[in-house]
Parts: sequence; C-alpha cells; structure tokens
Amino acid sequence: MKVYLYEKIWMWGSALLIVAFLGSLLATTFGLGIRPPSHVETIDPKAVRTDPRFAASGVTVRPDGSVRVVALAQIWAFVPNEIRVPAGRPVTFRVTSPDVLHGFQIVGTNVNAMVAPGYVSQVTTTFHRPGEYLIVCNEYCGLGHHVMAGKLIVEAAP
Amino acid sequence: MNRAQRLPLAHLWVAFAAFGLASLMAVMQAMSRAEVQLPARTAAIYYLSVTAHGVLTALVFTTFFIMGFGYVIARTALRRPLVGEGVAWASFWIALIGTLLATLVIVLGKASVLYTFYPPLQAHPGFYIGAALLVIGSWGWCWVMVRTYRAWRRDNSGAPAPLAMHGLLATVIVWILATIGVAIEVVVLLIPWSLGITKTVDPILARALFWWFGHPLVYFWLLPAYVAWYTILPREAGGKLFSDPLARVVFVLFIVLSTPVGFHHQFMDPGIPAGWKLFHTVNTFAILFPSFLTAFTVIASLEVAGRMRGGRGLFGWLGKLPWGEPLFTSVVLAMTIFAVGGFSGAVNAGYGMNAMVHNTAWVQGHFHLTVGSAVALTFMGLTYWLLPRLLGRELKFPAFAQVQPWLWFVGMMFFAVANHVTGLLGMPRRVYDPAYFGAAAARAWAPWTAVSAAGGVILFVSAMSFLLVAVGTALWGKRMASPPEIAYAEPLEPVPPRRSLWDRFGLWTVLAVLLVLIAYGLPLFGLLRLERFGSPGFKPF
Ligand code: HEM
Ligand SMILES: [Cu+2]
Ligand SMILES: [Cu+2]
Repeated sequence: MKVYLYEKIWMWGSALLIVAFLGSLLATTFGLGIRPPSHVETIDPKAVRTDPRFAASGVTVRPDGSVRVVALAQIWAFVPNEIRVPAGRPVTFRVTSPDVLHGFQIVGTNVNAMVAPGYVSQVTTTFHRPGEYLIVCNEYCGLGHHVMAGKLIVEAAP
Repeated sequence: MNRAQRLPLAHLWVAFAAFGLASLMAVMQAMSRAEVQLPARTAAIYYLSVTAHGVLTALVFTTFFIMGFGYVIARTALRRPLVGEGVAWASFWIALIGTLLATLVIVLGKASVLYTFYPPLQAHPGFYIGAALLVIGSWGWCWVMVRTYRAWRRDNSGAPAPLAMHGLLATVIVWILATIGVAIEVVVLLIPWSLGITKTVDPILARALFWWFGHPLVYFWLLPAYVAWYTILPREAGGKLFSDPLARVVFVLFIVLSTPVGFHHQFMDPGIPAGWKLFHTVNTFAILFPSFLTAFTVIASLEVAGRMRGGRGLFGWLGKLPWGEPLFTSVVLAMTIFAVGGFSGAVNAGYGMNAMVHNTAWVQGHFHLTVGSAVALTFMGLTYWLLPRLLGRELKFPAFAQVQPWLWFVGMMFFAVANHVTGLLGMPRRVYDPAYFGAAAARAWAPWTAVSAAGGVILFVSAMSFLLVAVGTALWGKRMASPPEIAYAEPLEPVPPRRSLWDRFGLWTVLAVLLVLIAYGLPLFGLLRLERFGSPGFKPF
C-alpha cells in the first residue's frame, strides 16, 4: 500500500491527538477521581415508599460532616421539592424512581444523573457558590416532563 | 425509465415523504421551544410530534434512503443485476408496512415514547411491531446486497470489490451487528410486555440493548455518506480519489469498532460499573481515527480535482472547484458541518465532561450537525445526482438546488450553535416549553431559543426547496435522450488486482463479534446476576 509522506504525518498526528485526548481523560479519571455516576444498587420500584432506604426523604448531616440527600424523582415532581445543603461540604444525592425514567440535573453544576426505576442513582459533589439552583428532569417522562423541576438552595457555611 | 430503476426509486420516495413530514413537525418544535404560541400548541402534540420527527428522520428517512442507494451501488458498481429482486421488493413492502403501522400509532397519540422508546414508558404494541417489521425488511436488503456481491465474486475470483461496494458491504455488516441488540430488546422484552404476556421489563437492560443498536446506527447512516465522499464526490469535482487502499482500511475499522462503544450514551446511568463505561470510552476515541483519515483523503482528492482543473498555488485550487454543482456544494457543506459536529461529539464522549451536556440541548445541537446535516445534506446532494440518472430527466428548478444547500448550512449554524449554547447553560432537551416558572436560569436561555427557532424556519425553507426540486424533476423534468451514467471516481494509483487483508470481510466480522462479546457480554452478564426488579408499563402521555 502506497502511503504518501503528508498522509503519514497526518496519520501520526491524528493518532497522537487521540492519545492525548485519552491521556487527559485517564489522568482526570485516575488522578482526580472524576468518574460518571455509576453506582450499582437495586431496589424494588413498587416498594420505594416503604423501603427503609427511601422511606424518609430529605437531608441528613452525617457525623463526619458530609451531607446525604435522599430524593425521589416521580411523575412529575421531585420529592422533596426544595433541598437545602451547606456550601463547601461533600453532598451525596441518592435518587430513585417509583415509575418511569427521569433525569436529575442541577443547572449550573456538574450534577447530572439518570434515574431509573429499580436502581439507585448516587452522585457526590461539593457546591462552592451559595445561591439558588434549578433542578430539572432531563429525561422525557411524559406530558409533564417540562414542568418537573425543583429547587436547590446552597447556604453559605456558618 | 428502465424497470430496474423502480426499486431504488420506490425507496427514495418513501424516504422523501418521511423527510417532508418530519420537517413540518420540526419547525413547529423549534418554535415551541422558543415559547412561540402557535395555534393548537399543547404538550401532547409536542411530544407526539417529537416522536414522529425522531422516528421519521432517524429511522425511516435514513434507512429507506440507504437501502435505495445500496441497490443503485450494487447494480452499477458491480455491473450486474441484483440477485433476488423478488426478495428486495418483498422487503420493501415489509419495511413500508411496518413504517405505516408505527406512524399511524404515533399519530393516534398511542406511542408518544420518542424514537428511543425507553421502557417503562409503554407504547401501543403496534409501535414495536411496526419497528420490528422495518428492521426485518432491512435484513432482506442485507441479504440481497450480500448475495449480489457473492455472485459477483464468483465471476471475479480474487479481485477486490469496487470501493463503493466495499463501503456498502461494511454498512451491511455494521447494520446486522447493530440490529441484533434492538431485535432482542423489541422482540424478547417489549412486544410481549406491551401485549401483556410478560408483566415487567428492566429499564437499564433495555437501555443497554437499545444503545448496542443506537451507536452503530450512527455509522449505518454515516458509511453510505462516506461512500459518496470517497467514490462520487472526487469524480463530480473533476478529479480522482487520492487513496483507494486507505479508504478500504477506514471501512474495515468501522466494522470492528462501531458497536463496542454504546455505553457512552449511558455514562449517567446507574447499574453499569464505571470500568465498563471507560472501556467503551477508549473504543469511542479509537473510532475517531478512521474519520480523521477520511478527512485527509477527501480533502486531498478535492485538491487533486482543483489542480486538474487548472488551479494553482496553495489555495488557488479551491476556487476552481465546481461550486455551481448541487451535488458538490451539498457534500462539501455537509463535510464542513461534520468537522464541527465531530468536536462536539468528542465532548459528549468525554467520560468526565459528559455530565455537563448529557440530555441537554447540546446533544440536540450535536446530532443535527452529524446525522441532521453531514448525513442528511449528503443524501440531498446525492438525490440531485441520482434522480436525473435514474429517471432520465433533467433536474427541474436547478437554481433551487443550488441555493438549498447554502440555506441548510446557514439555518443549521443558527440552530445548532444556539442549541449548543443553551445546552451548556443547562437547558434540557425534549422539553415542550422551557419556561420553568420563570426561574432565573431558564430566562438566560430565551434569546438563544429564539435564534434556534429562526434557524428552524430557514431549515424548513431549505427542506421544502429540496422537495420541490425532487418532485419537480420527477413530474416535469425534461426527458434526456441519454442520461449521464452512474460512474465512480478512479483512484490516483491503480487498484491492486488481488484482494488484500482489508478485503477479508469474514475475518474482520469475526473480530468485531469478539469485541461485542467482550464489551456487552461481560457487563450484561453482570447486570443479569443482580437482584433486579422489573417495571410495569406506564402511559403518561
Ligand atoms: C427542517 C430541519 C430540522 C429542524 C428544524 C429540526 C428540529 C428539531 C427539534 C426542534 C427537535 C426537538 C428537540 C427536543 O425537543 O429535544 C428535533 C429532534 C430530533 N431531530 Fe430534528 N430537525 C430538523 C431536521 C432533522 C434531520 C434531517 C434529522 C436526521 C436525519 C433530525 C433528527 C432528529 C432527531 C433524531 C431528533 C430527536 C428526537 C428525540 O429527542 O426524541 N432532524 N429536531
Ligand atoms: Cu421526569
Ligand atoms: Cu422528565
């Protein structure tokens, strides 16, 4: 196969670019621990409201100072609808659905997760800027999909 | 019109009808997202419309166009009649009946589940059965393509397939690998569930099977466009194909790599371990390589053409290219848009970056650049090239055919740039109205959704111009005594007379299957071993 010099340069250049992309991706994965939410835990969607893991939704502060938020995404609301968390501390959201697929996206942050019935989604982040954030459902879930929204209030640390 | 042309033409007309209907829905959607209060605007109609638009463009327009184009290539590149015309017609009717059934159910409002139909949203069984028939029809097409190639190979032992056919065979193999996933999803999980025979479905398992199909689907659209870029564009530009052997390598790499990448659509999903998502990510970046090679070969071929036409200097050859030819303009603009779409795609595939854009309007911007332009605009250009050759008529309204690709380009720039921006600002995709009760974040989207709507109107005008030319040519185009022939670009260096490693489809298919078994077999096995709870169906539409 005849390959011209310019073609060779281009091929090596492309390969290098791809390696650079992957390299930076692996560096942030293993160096900074940036991974997509990939929690593996199942739950019976018909029993979420009685399951001890989700029976009481809301915010709890754990002894080590980290914050845990338990929420339901359901047709067409988030429960609780308003979530208050402190700034500057790791917050772990645990979300599931009793009905169809939903999304859990906090606009203006890196929180974005699919919520599927039968599974528990878990995502951890730290909010640095106090203020009010919009939570939206970003996976189509029926006629009320566009009104499925909530509010996150990040309070300045005391 | 010669009888043999009826088969591809029948496919093309179904594709154009689907495209026309989908464009009409699309402007309405673009306006709805900008909160333009059209008459009869309701959420129910919006989601019905997005379902129809997605199905008609992503599944019907593309599949029918590719099947028709494939038959043209098999017959003209191999210079022999198709093997199994009867099967081809039967497949056409099966696919058409499936399409009509699914469309009817959607229009009746019984299947507003979007073209991704994720359970536990549950459509009327007619939707899933219609989709299955469309796929079964396309398998008939695969059978005819492969049989025709084998018959040709018996008479040309040892010779490599003409490049156009090589690319189409790669398309066929990618499609077969892809549709296994969706066939399992639809036939094993969804049809029995929608008929009430089974009670529940696991939504994450269903999503994994869908995206096993959903990503190679993208290459099923793209490879025929690449065939046009490699084998038709250089000749119409007045030049030669820069490298035939490298093009073969490109198509083979797509066979191997296009399926084991689907988890990059499920980065945000629970239930799938991060390690497997990373494995699919590495494959995803690897598959950028053949597209980079394509960029080089195609641009080099255009330079060859420009210089053969007397162009001089570093960039002087650009001006010598046939910018007045509708095929040329459409394809070159399609390729330009694809370069932009490739970059936003690399962001989507970024394992860590995906969280910023997943399910936002960014994604909608991205795929309108790729399938909605790189592929669709190439197909429109091909139509301007094919119709005179198949119908034996001159193109009617050629001025429209010249302006239409530019309108698409401009409209798409408005539309796609605006959607990328609103996506970064956090606006979700697939929403009827993004007002969110006046939330501050949502107010920031409004100027951009207006730009996107303006782009939608320009795109609609472009789509209608395209249809005007196509229908006008069929009805009123002047008959030609001797229509131009369907011929493919010659390579700069003669093609070697013997098949090489890169022509061994069987071998590469085995490798591809092994990769699929690793990339899907192992994680799905892990998923099936969890204590899983299925979901009953919901119809909140
Ligand atoms: C007239 C030109 C077009 C316009 C104005 C347009 C506009 C739109 C809009 C506004 C949406 C809905 C977005 C949402 O709610 O998330 C959409 C969805 C979509 N479009 Fe287009 N589009 C056009 C052409 C195309 C073409 C040519 C293709 C592919 C060949 C295409 C493929 C899709 C797909 C696959 C969806 C996704 C549906 C879903 O999210 O379920 N569109 N389009
Ligand atoms: Cu929702
Ligand atoms: Cu939703």
